[in-house]
Amino acid sequence: ALELLKTHICKPSRWSCGPPAAEGNVQDEESDTRKINNSFLRDHNYATEADIISTVEFNPSGELLATGDKGGRVVVFQREQETKSEPQRRGEYNVYSTFQSHDPEFDYLKSLEIEEKINKIRWLPQQNAAYFLLSTNDKTVKLWKISERDRRPEGYNLKDEDGRIRDPSTITSLRVPVLQNTDLMVEATARRVFSNAHTYHINSISVNSDLQTYISTDDLRVNLWNLEITDQSFNIVDIKPCNMEDLTEVITAAEFHPQQCNTLAYSSSRGSVRLCDMRKQALCDTHCKFFEEPEDPSTRSFFSEIISSISDIKFSHSGRFLMTRDYLTVKVWDLNMETRPVQTYQVHDYLRGKLCSLYENDCIFDKFECVWNGSDSVIMTGSYNNFFRMFDRNTKKDVTLEASRENSKPRAILKPRKVCVGGKRRKDEVTVDSLDFSKKILHSAWHPQENIIAVAASNNLYIFQDKVT
Amino acid sequence: MFPKGTKRKFSDSGDEPAAGGEDVNQPSSVAVRMLSSYSLQRQSLLDMSLIKLQLCHMLVEPNLCRSVLIANTVRQIQEEMTQDGTWQIMTQALSAANAAAQCSADRLVATEVLCRQTEATQGEQVLKPFPAVGSEGCPAEEEVVVEEEGEGGVTMSTVSPQAPTSYLPGTFGMDPCWEEENGEDEEEDEDSEECGSGSEEGDSDRLVEDSRTAEQVFGTFEIKNPAPSPDPALEELFSDVDASYYDLDTVLTGMQSAPKMGPYDLLESLSSHGPSPLSSSTSCRSDLNELDHIMEIIVGS
Repeated sequence: ALELLKTHICKPSRWSCGPPAAEGNVQDEESDTRKINNSFLRDHNYATEADIISTVEFNPSGELLATGDKGGRVVVFQREQETKSEPQRRGEYNVYSTFQSHDPEFDYLKSLEIEEKINKIRWLPQQNAAYFLLSTNDKTVKLWKISERDRRPEGYNLKDEDGRIRDPSTITSLRVPVLQNTDLMVEATARRVFSNAHTYHINSISVNSDLQTYISTDDLRVNLWNLEITDQSFNIVDIKPCNMEDLTEVITAAEFHPQQCNTLAYSSSRGSVRLCDMRKQALCDTHCKFFEEPEDPSTRSFFSEIISSISDIKFSHSGRFLMTRDYLTVKVWDLNMETRPVQTYQVHDYLRGKLCSLYENDCIFDKFECVWNGSDSVIMTGSYNNFFRMFDRNTKKDVTLEASRENSKPRAILKPRKVCVGGKRRKDEVTVDSLDFSKKILHSAWHPQENIIAVAASNNLYIFQDKVT
Repeated sequence: MFPKGTKRKFSDSGDEPAAGGEDVNQPSSVAVRMLSSYSLQRQSLLDMSLIKLQLCHMLVEPNLCRSVLIANTVRQIQEEMTQDGTWQIMTQALSAANAAAQCSADRLVATEVLCRQTEATQGEQVLKPFPAVGSEGCPAEEEVVVEEEGEGGVTMSTVSPQAPTSYLPGTFGMDPCWEEENGEDEEEDEDSEECGSGSEEGDSDRLVEDSRTAEQVFGTFEIKNPAPSPDPALEELFSDVDASYYDLDTVLTGMQSAPKMGPYDLLESLSSHGPSPLSSSTSCRSDLNELDHIMEIIVGS
């Protein structure tokens, strides 16, 4: 049973980050972050479009949760440590750091804006006291270092405490600066900027298990980077045809295998997944494995291709399976079997009869993500009306839940929802026609070990935790 | 547009008896109705897709994945229509419309759009006119009007919001060859010209039929009937035009309504040219639809 742990509503007003210092870092006082938690609707009750969450990701330990939004901002939440004095607060996520990752840019050559929306965030495993994450917009990937500082040097000779330069004539004696304890400060610094490598829009980034390289993927190409080198990247997949008129397929997502550092998979708009081995040749245009399910002729329509377009792929934690999300289903593939998935789950098959309307209002192009739980036994994905679905791979049971303000009382148990497809509508069921297609859950994340999920609904972030009975 | 008393529902509800005289050479009316319903839906889908592709010109680079998917859908429809033979008729009509321009009927539409997408990224803010069937010189936008065979014969078609650069509406009524072939088309086009800017929003407002399937959220269209029928006299057609336009009026109220001076002017000019045999009322309608398209394109924005 999922209980609501905490609801975070992203502040409607933009968090004003002070002018960036020379290193380009933005600071958040720990005390200020506490204020954010408690006064959600400070200035105005409406949310701007810039606050719409565009990506959610736990770090490998689950201690941190990062969200990126359309305004180019990253908000990092940290899990409360267990304390004896307040045991009920364990597991709550509070704002840890907020920083402006990407700013809007203008491509003068093409006379086009480059959106600052954060498309993806991927964490690096923690190797020292600082945390590192990669965040990307359409064109540029950045490596951010998030570190704590609880001391600062005081007693400079040439500057006074406020930082103002002292008049040298007033200095009569020398002193040695000493480190003083201060309030905890969390700083975010851009350590690397990987730019100018993508002609098309970046849709995925994936850190390699070797922790030295990562890939960034746009519609037609996959580039391999070394985390240390920003002025060079290797193109390892290129599906751009010589003549753009012949273009019929684009890359929609790519991911490295969780254990095999030479293996990566990428999905296409035609519903296929290709597994590539980088050892085979430098340019991985030829795949090692090709996963595609033959089309069912009985359900063929003009929309067949669009709904087969894969919006997200995720390797299982074990590395044995691959999950793909297309418009109506989630499929689990065994990497050893290319002919068809081992499991197919219907997310919202009642939409099959509404494809034309969904095509008209563009909802058919919505890109839903999918996630595994830590043990690979449950998979989760989003739907419309702020519904999200979970499928237990072992028991074959599934549940539909809703992320909404109505049931957002802390510690409230989530009630399963149901969409009525037949004639008679039971109480509490929602009819297909009353679904709100503007409320879609595209992004969600699952804690790597525990049953804690983060679900993004527009500008709201919901964190749910399995009730421990 | 079609003789009085001839009614054919656009959805195969079976409420009304099948159409009369114009169906003489048709296959069974039920089959035709089903075919029409499917054609209608297919045509609507094509229209919608083309609009979507053309609406991609914004300040931010268009989403390539979306464009590719829509373009593939358009290709799919075109291929099917080519197999049907529908495509040929449409392209022929459009070719006639663009007599001055060189239009090759073979190139698929979607590729042009895709190319234009990528060209747009070169900094061109103004999209080139979307050629109906291909060549650069063809100014008319690719808009197919689906003819609705129901009460009142609504002329509605989706419209490109972008006006072609070189096509002059004024020349429309003047082209003798055009008139001979597509006498009725101009009136219809004028109608669609006025309500042309409806595009996707307007689509859903159009109400002619009570019975509409859930999928036809984009409203009613005129069905293009691919099969030719025997030709009624031109006077007969003309005699019906007034009524149909009257119906059109009632339909158009509540939507973008512009004064309909055009059709009646053209009507007069047409009748002054004397009647010329038309292949069929239905193909006449289809030609009219083509003209609708053209006119919409012209005044589309």
